[in-house]
Amino acid sequence: MPDDKSNSVLRFEHVTVQFGELKALDGISFEMFSGETRVLFGAAGSGKTVLMKTALGLLKPDSGRVSVFGQDITDLSEHELFRIRARVGVLFQEGGLFDSLTIEENVGYPLMNLKELDCPPEQCRKRVEEALRFVELEHTLEKFPSELSGGMRRRVGIARAVVTEPPLVLYDSPTAGLDPITAYTIIALIVKQRDLKNTATVMATHRYQDGHFMANYRYDPNTGRIEPANGGGAALRTVFMVMREGRLAFEGTLDELESSTDPYVQKFVRRES
Amino acid sequence: MLDFAKAAVFAVQEFFLLAGRAIKNIVRSPHYGADIFLQMDIIGVGSLPIVIMTGFFSGAVMAMQMAKALSQYGAVGNTGMVVSITLVRELGPALTSLMVAGRNASGMASELGSMRVTEQIDAMRALGTDPIQKLVTPRLIATATVLPLLTIIADFIGIFGGFVISYFVLNLAPTQYWSTAWQALDYQDIAQGLIKPFVFAFAIALVGCYFGLTTTGGTQGVGRSTTQAVVVSSVMIFVLTFFITRIFVSL
Repeated sequence: MPDDKSNSVLRFEHVTVQFGELKALDGISFEMFSGETRVLFGAAGSGKTVLMKTALGLLKPDSGRVSVFGQDITDLSEHELFRIRARVGVLFQEGGLFDSLTIEENVGYPLMNLKELDCPPEQCRKRVEEALRFVELEHTLEKFPSELSGGMRRRVGIARAVVTEPPLVLYDSPTAGLDPITAYTIIALIVKQRDLKNTATVMATHRYQDGHFMANYRYDPNTGRIEPANGGGAALRTVFMVMREGRLAFEGTLDELESSTDPYVQKFVRRES
Repeated sequence: MLDFAKAAVFAVQEFFLLAGRAIKNIVRSPHYGADIFLQMDIIGVGSLPIVIMTGFFSGAVMAMQMAKALSQYGAVGNTGMVVSITLVRELGPALTSLMVAGRNASGMASELGSMRVTEQIDAMRALGTDPIQKLVTPRLIATATVLPLLTIIADFIGIFGGFVISYFVLNLAPTQYWSTAWQALDYQDIAQGLIKPFVFAFAIALVGCYFGLTTTGGTQGVGRSTTQAVVVSSVMIFVLTFFITRIFVSL
């Protein structure tokens, strides 16, 4: 599908977020469009999580404007923001699963609580099962998050993020703290979701290979397998951003990233490759 | 010094903002009825054993201490009166609320604090619920409903504790104890004794939730919030009881 440049999904204009003296985001500007993938690199504390939370309106910028789906959300109230959040899926770094609820209730939570989605209860259960089948955890409906492994919890988090079929999904460090095999499973799921539903995706990570995989592989719905994109679609629509102490140190394609002469950006690419 | 003062003023402001929003949400939909009943069960039914124990022994101790003092005036027969007035006006509400503060303000702070540090509060907001509406308001309604009820139970058990001492130790006639205990109370005492726990409920629930929701710094932060919640809510109970008593004394 060709890029529709008029279809802005997420737009930051000179956004600054401060915690006391510390600038967690310092004049960040970028714009992404539907069907696009953004891979957000950066060391711990560089502002990746703050950027994600600002995009959802969970944090208010001290200056600058944030727009989601073309609508300026900077000054919206918490209740007005629910309308926007109904169309954005999110996977938190810590998982953010509710430990007092079962997996079924966790995944169904956005369907039951986002009034904007208007999902009748009998349909909700079907959609929850479908989302859990997508992450291959349909047998865990009655379990609690504490009964699952770290990788499974992350997969439940993905199911909850995509159960509403949002046009934009934010993944905050989805592979952090996971072994390489589980990390691969998680990234493969993210690619599958992206390519099946043509979801605009933002993924924060500190692992170079995650971004590399996002850009160079695609999910083929006909074969049901992940295969190399051979320089087509996914690579063209994947933009890399590197964050450093709240600032955007780099923005560009994978090729530009790999040939960057900036020592910080270079160190990043080499260290993990 | 200036930073410290600024931080304190900011915390007070944040606390009152939270209180305002939690109270406003009482009349605003959506209402989380199931959460309110769950909290009533946790706070009310869960606190019953310690409230009964505290009530009984404070009444019994009061009877022993007062009988000794009253015997100097030859007025041991008035033990029931002294026990019931002290318990209903002051000790019943204060001790019950302190017990509930120790048990539930800490519980709320640690539960909400853990949710905060594991991003569950953020997830709640991202997935369409207002954490104040879903977490704080039900706890506030539940505490404000059950605390006066717990106080009534504690008062009664306390007066009964005083009776046990009067009957078995002081050898007073049951009718003498119960009639003085009953006659000593007027409507103002009852009003005072029920308004206090209702007001303390706000101190317990809002302080517990405030410290929980403002937790930072991982699991260590959860511990810190829990301690602060118990200390601040307990001190607030003493300060508030002073002012409420002052108002009733001057009526």
